[in-house]
Amino acid sequence: MRSFLTLCMILSVVGCGYWAYQENIKTQAALTRTEALQDDIGQARARLSILRAEWAYLNRPDRLQDLANLSYDRLGLLPLASTHFGTVEAVSFPPKENINLGISDVMTVAEFESQP
Amino acid sequence: MSDTSLRTPLRPLSRILPARARGENTDQIEKDNIRKRHEQDREMGRATAQSRIILVGLIFVCLYLIIAVRVAALSASEASEPRTYTAGSSIVEQRRDIVDRKGRILATNMNTYSLYVEVPHLVDPVGTAKALADVFPDLDQERLIKDFTGKRKFLWIKKKLSPEQKQAAHDIGDPGLRFGPREMRLYPNGKLAAHVMGGASFGKEGVAAAEVIGVAGVEKTFDQALRDPSLSGKPLQLSLDLSVQAAMEQVLYGGMKLMNAKGAAGVLMDVHTGEVISIVSLPDFDPNQRPHPPVEGHPDDSPLFNRSVQGVYELGSTFKIFAVAQAMDLGLIDPETMIDTKGPIKWGRFRINDFHNYGNQLTASKVIEKSSNIGTARIAQMIGTDRQQEFLRKLGLLDPIEFEMIEASGGKPLLPPKWSDLSTMTISYGHGLSTTPLHLAAGYAAIANGGHKVTPTLIKTSTPTLGPRVMSENTARQSVDMLRRVVTEGTASLGNVEGYAVAGKTGTADKPDPRGKYYKDKVIATFATIFPADEPKYALVVTLDEPTDTTGPEPRRTAGWTAVPVAAEVISRVAPLLGLRPRIESQESAAISQSE
Repeated sequence: MRSFLTLCMILSVVGCGYWAYQENIKTQAALTRTEALQDDIGQARARLSILRAEWAYLNRPDRLQDLANLSYDRLGLLPLASTHFGTVEAVSFPPKENINLGISDVMTVAEFESQP
Repeated sequence: MSDTSLRTPLRPLSRILPARARGENTDQIEKDNIRKRHEQDREMGRATAQSRIILVGLIFVCLYLIIAVRVAALSASEASEPRTYTAGSSIVEQRRDIVDRKGRILATNMNTYSLYVEVPHLVDPVGTAKALADVFPDLDQERLIKDFTGKRKFLWIKKKLSPEQKQAAHDIGDPGLRFGPREMRLYPNGKLAAHVMGGASFGKEGVAAAEVIGVAGVEKTFDQALRDPSLSGKPLQLSLDLSVQAAMEQVLYGGMKLMNAKGAAGVLMDVHTGEVISIVSLPDFDPNQRPHPPVEGHPDDSPLFNRSVQGVYELGSTFKIFAVAQAMDLGLIDPETMIDTKGPIKWGRFRINDFHNYGNQLTASKVIEKSSNIGTARIAQMIGTDRQQEFLRKLGLLDPIEFEMIEASGGKPLLPPKWSDLSTMTISYGHGLSTTPLHLAAGYAAIANGGHKVTPTLIKTSTPTLGPRVMSENTARQSVDMLRRVVTEGTASLGNVEGYAVAGKTGTADKPDPRGKYYKDKVIATFATIFPADEPKYALVVTLDEPTDTTGPEPRRTAGWTAVPVAAEVISRVAPLLGLRPRIESQESAAISQSE
C-alpha cells in the first residue's frame, strides 16, 4: 500500500512537471508572438504618423492654392467670398412625394434621433 | 555507554547482590542509575536541538543568499520592457502633435536618421571623406580628411538625413559610417504660423536617440507638456484656424508688397473667448529651418521678430476710442456732447495739433469719426491722469500679456517715465505709450464683447470666459456705434466690407528714430476693427510698418490709405471662412431658413 502511494506521488510529480513544462513553452511562444505583434503595431503606428504628416504636407494651403490656380480653367475654384452664401430657397430639393425615408410614424423618428 | 541499545539495567545484579550481602539499601543504587540515565537523555536532547538550530540557520542563510543574488542580478541587468503589456499604449512619439482648432496638423514628428562616424572602424578614411563631401556639398573635404586621420574617435556628420541622403551615405559602404535613429519635428505647412510654432531642435544627443526641444513659440512655452508621456497621443489643440491663418498671411503679404511696407502684423481674435484665430507677423520664416538669431542690426529687421506680440509701437489714433469710452463710462460725456476742438493746445513748449482744422467744436462722436487729437486731448483732461492709468491697466494695456508664446513676455508696453498731464493728453490719442498689436486687439475685443476684459489665448476654449467688467454694456455699445461711423462716414471709408458692418479706427503714428525724435516719412499705420458691428464677434488689428501708397500723385502714408484697404481685404476673405454670413438688410428675413 505504501509503495503504491509512493509510486502515485512520483507519477503525479512527473505529470505536474510535464504539464508545467508544456505551459511554460506555450507561454513563451505566446509572449514571442505578442512581441512580434507589438512590433507590428508600433511600425503601423509609425507608418500612420508618416502618412498623416504626408497628408498634412500635401494639403498645405500654399500647395492647394497653387493647384487651384493651375487648374482654374477646369475647376474654376476661387477663394470663398461673401457672395458664395446662398439661401435655402435656392436649393432645388427633390419634390416632396419622392422623399421616402422608410420611416413613417413619429415615434420611430424620435427613437432614431435619440440614438447617437 | 551512550549506545541506547545496551542500556544499563536500573538494578544490576552485580551491584545489588554484593550490596545485599553487606546489608545496604539497594534503592540507592536504583536512584543512582536513574539519575545517570536522565543525564544521558538530556545530553542527547541537547545535541539534537543544537543540530536543528544549525540546520534552520543554514536554511535561512541559503534563503537570504538566494534573495541577495536575485537582487544583485536585477540591479545589474539592463531594464527591459514588460513583455506582456497591454496593446493600446501608444508611445510611438516622444513629442505630441500640435493641431489647429479643427484638428488639422500644424506640427508633427517624423522618423529619420543621423549620420556619425566611428573613426577607428573606417576602412578607407580619405576615400570616405571625399565621398562624403560629394554627397553633402556643404561639408569641407579637407576638414573631414583631417578629422578622419587625426586623433578623433567619433564625430557627428549630419543631424538629420533625407532618405535619399541616407541611401547615398549607405552606398559609400564604409563600416565606419553609422546611422542613428532620430525623431525630428516637422511643420508640414512650412511658413504658415511660423512665429506661433517657433521651431524645435535637438537637446541632449546620443547615438540611439536625441531629445527634441522647443526653441521658440508654443513649442517652447509648452515644451514640458508636449513631452509629457502621460499625455502621449493627445495632440495640443490651438485656437488658430489653418485656413483663416493662410488667407490672412496671403492678404497681408500682398498688402505689404502693394503698400511698399517693410513689415506687417495682424491679429484676429474671438471677442468672447479671447481665442486668437490668426496671428501673423511678416516677414516670416520656415520653422523647419529656423534661421539663426541676428547678431547685428535692429531686432525687427530679422524675420524671427514677431511684430504682433513683440513689436511695441505707438499705435496712434486707434487709442482715441479708449479715452472717449472711459469718459462716457464715467458719465462725463455722451456721444452728442460738444467738445472744444479749437487748436492748437499749447502745453509748455509742446503743441497739440489736428491733421485738419475741424472748427471750434465737434460732438464726441465726430471727434472719433474725424480723429481729432485736440478733441481727444480735451476729453483726457476731463478724465485725469489717475483714472486714465487705472482704466488702461484694467484693459491690460500697460502690462505684458500673459500669452502662450514665449516671446510675449518681451512685448512689454513702453510707458512714459513720468506720467504727466501732457502724457495723459498724448496717450489719449496714442502717442507716448507703445503697445503691441495684440494688446490693441485685446482692448478692442473688450469694447466688442460688451465691456469685459479679454485675455488673449492660443489654446482652444469651448466656453466664453468673461473677464472682469471694465466698462458698462451701454458704453461699449455706444463705442461700437462710433467706430462703425468711422467706417461709414469717417477716416476709414475704404474699410467698408459689404455685408459685414465693419467698425474700426485708424491710427497713423510717426516712427521714432534712434535719436529720440520722429521720422518725417516713416509711419506705423494701424487699423483696429470689430466686425460685424451689430453683433460683434471678432476683433482684427492690421498694422503695416513703414507703408507708402504710391498710386496717387503724391505718396500717402496714413492708415486710411494703407492699413484700411488691406484690413478690408482681410475681412472679406476671412469672414466667409469663419462662417459669417453677410447681412443684407433687405433680404435678411428671407435668408434665414426654409419656410414651410
